[in-house]
Amino acid sequence: MSSSPIEIDDEGAIVAQARLGNASAFNELLRRYERKIFRLALHITQNREDAEDVLQESFLKAYEHLDQFQGQSKFYTWVVRIAVNQALMKLRKRKSDRSVSLDETIDTGEDNIGREIAAWDENPEQKYSREELNGILVSAIDGLPPIYRAVFVLRDIDGLSTEEAAEALELSVPAVKSRLLRARLQLRDKLTRYFKRKGDDAFAYM
Amino acid sequence: MPLLTCKQFLEELSDYLDEKSDPELRQKLEQHISDCPNCWVICDTTKKTIQVYKGMDPVPLAPEIHDRLMAALEQKMARKDLKV
Repeated sequence: MSSSPIEIDDEGAIVAQARLGNASAFNELLRRYERKIFRLALHITQNREDAEDVLQESFLKAYEHLDQFQGQSKFYTWVVRIAVNQALMKLRKRKSDRSVSLDETIDTGEDNIGREIAAWDENPEQKYSREELNGILVSAIDGLPPIYRAVFVLRDIDGLSTEEAAEALELSVPAVKSRLLRARLQLRDKLTRYFKRKGDDAFAYM
Repeated sequence: MPLLTCKQFLEELSDYLDEKSDPELRQKLEQHISDCPNCWVICDTTKKTIQVYKGMDPVPLAPEIHDRLMAALEQKMARKDLKV
């Protein structure tokens, strides 16, 4: 949506070249998306080694099955779908008998909503160094259930539309929306502990 | 036009922040925020949550991970060529 038609055409041409067996075209696609796929894999698996495996397996599979890519969706959405499946397999393996699915019944998280109600500093980021801030943001996401982590990363960090995220995660649009809402509210709650304005701790707005 | 409860407001919050609510609902949501300080705070801090993540630094990908991936891919490409 936000990308210009030129970029889309451009990518379509690159994908077409890659499908014809042009190695440097495929390498270009890899260069464009490897970081994003790695980040997503890291958030889902929460394990660096697993994330590296997922990254590698996803692009190898994508290369192998490139002829099955229909070109109706974005290449990135298609690779995300492969990567999410690989990452979930890793999670399942680690948790052995406990199944892990993005579509499991979700806890509505009602008790996590609005537990912390306090206004934030005007520029909460300035309280922390870049490094500290990144640590806070990552650990807040990692505290969410896997179903929320994947949706939040795709929608709010990668900037996919709801429809694209639904396609990538093989979820319905309403399922993506409800997970995104819960993820955002839970993250807000977690971050409020760090970013609330001084003196707001005991301040009830009621 | 019935007023929204806080629960109804929260259910609509994502769409509201994404500017996807239809105009009539949007008006009701804005009315609710102006009447309910708690929901105003939740709305404002959720908006800031989304913003702060948008500005998050990208995860660095160590060069050796990229190199390993390229090596594995080159091997695969070579095998594919052999089959042809």
